Amino acid sequence: MSGLEDLYREIILDHYRSPRNRGELDSPPARRVEGFNPLCGDEVVVYVQVEEGTVRDIRFAGQGCSISQSSASLMSSAVKGKSVAEVRDLIRTFKAMMSVHEARLGDGDSARAANGSAPDDGDAVPVDPDALGELAALQGVVKFPVRIKCATLSWNTLAQGLDEAEEGAAPVS
Amino acid sequence: MAEVTATNTGAPRTTGVHHDAGEPRHSVPGHPGAGPNPAPKGAGVDLSALKADFPLLERNVHGRRVVYLDSASSSQRPQCVLDAMDAYYRTTHANVHRGVYAMAEEADRLFEEARVAVGRFVGATDPAHEVVFTKNATESVNLVAATWGRANLHPGDAVLLTDMEHHANIVPWLMLAEERDLELRWMGVDDGYRLDLSELDRLVDGVKLVACTTMSNVLGTVTPFARIAEAAHRAGAVVLADGAQSVPHLPTDVGALGCDFLAFSAHKMLGPTGIGVLWGRRELLEAMPPFLGGGGMIRDVRHDGFTANVLPWKFEAGTPPIAEAVGLGAAVSYLEKVGLDAVHAHEVELTAYAQRVLAERFGDDLHIFGPAGTEDRGGVLSLAYRDVHPHDLAQVLDQAGVCVRAGHHCAKPLMRHLGVNATARASLYLYNDRSDVDALADALAEAGSLFG
Repeated sequence: MSGLEDLYREIILDHYRSPRNRGELDSPPARRVEGFNPLCGDEVVVYVQVEEGTVRDIRFAGQGCSISQSSASLMSSAVKGKSVAEVRDLIRTFKAMMSVHEARLGDGDSARAANGSAPDDGDAVPVDPDALGELAALQGVVKFPVRIKCATLSWNTLAQGLDEAEEGAAPVS
Repeated sequence: MAEVTATNTGAPRTTGVHHDAGEPRHSVPGHPGAGPNPAPKGAGVDLSALKADFPLLERNVHGRRVVYLDSASSSQRPQCVLDAMDAYYRTTHANVHRGVYAMAEEADRLFEEARVAVGRFVGATDPAHEVVFTKNATESVNLVAATWGRANLHPGDAVLLTDMEHHANIVPWLMLAEERDLELRWMGVDDGYRLDLSELDRLVDGVKLVACTTMSNVLGTVTPFARIAEAAHRAGAVVLADGAQSVPHLPTDVGALGCDFLAFSAHKMLGPTGIGVLWGRRELLEAMPPFLGGGGMIRDVRHDGFTANVLPWKFEAGTPPIAEAVGLGAAVSYLEKVGLDAVHAHEVELTAYAQRVLAERFGDDLHIFGPAGTEDRGGVLSLAYRDVHPHDLAQVLDQAGVCVRAGHHCAKPLMRHLGVNATARASLYLYNDRSDVDALADALAEAGSLFG
């Protein structure tokens, strides 16, 4: 069962059993974004509150497998308090860790990643394990290609939330 | 059980002149389990030796013997089906319906013989005209929706479906309902995982079509189809049976079912992918407009129009799945030699064993979404194990070589009724045996310790 140990590392199981930042934020001011994985019916709702270019707070809700739930939990811990630019870097790095296999799966997001047409999804980013910290525990997922979408679900959802937050913040109102 | 076959007369068919395809190594006569109680150990029909007929089941996965428990999704094929298709391509292949040379005539004959064999398998009285080859059961339902449905359903007309349907028997009607402004009615599912017939008379009142599964692909429930069809016919409705799950596992007789249309797929009944069947009552098929346009489905084509071909070719545009029909014919021959009564009895015994073993080993930690016992039930076991997500469960099982399906099983309305996003589904067929159930239970225990 060595493959499974790569997938279900202790950090992952810990975040699955005891998820961090699970819950909701008032929206507004937070952005509420939903993500779905039709393959397995997983759904995630990310609440992200951006103030002055910083992710002040983040929560997630929804239901899903251990990979999608632990990835959301690990993500929420990693991004809270970071600048939006730093979070975008992290999203890029995390997705690069998953991207070799994800590009083969061919959903809309990964097709963009493969084409390099979306700057956030550039596929030439070298992965620095130190930059990922605990998130590196999820790298075993790439050995299980159908599970990659579980791991990236909350990240894609957060990226969408940041885009919306920036679009919403741009006009003076 | 309403379906009692009386049609499997005569010698079992083989696929043709090439070879003696597919004598199963053990052919055991048997009788269906008549009641809720499984056959006692040793007294049931033992088909487990048939496993050797299925070469794929000899492979390993992750260093473990493969334990294939996903036949409700797609079955595996016996050697004789593989041989029949291979022999067809090696010795006979030519396009059907056109050639006058000997090989083309042979292909034509094999193709039409398969049609008749498949029709007889489900009790068709006029199999040469009433059996239409499609791509799969899904296309069969779509064919009915696009032809009979467009010709007969008008704004305000009602169609009755059930909460047990596969998306294949929902979405075509949703699409037509949107196009034609139809009323869709839904028969519910009760706490015992059976169709709630309490409102049957009210639900069928005034409907034009009832489209209902014969067996749930999630719950294993065998529906009281004949009773529903009778009520539907009294109300003047046409009745479509989605037989994708039951035709491979239970003796089927369209007359006893009382359906007007029956849809099923070859790949769930030991045949190849890429071919499905629509059986329909001849007078309905005669009156329906064609489905897809192209070669083969016409008698004449002019600048200003065309004349459709006669049955069944009216509904078969383009080169049909010829080798697949030959393979399906071989699969039907194999199933007839084993006997559908024996297949069902074997699955009843194995389902009872699985229910008992899983209850003994896991108690309340494990829930099976489906009827308790084996009466009017097939070998589909949708599992919830503690709070382990079905996707994780399937992943752990895979490492043990155990193939189950995790997800919504293309039955989202039913999943909503059950209150879950997904289940892990183990499904049994004639080649499974107790060791497969034991392997499932062992792998579940491993998942339990990992996610404990």
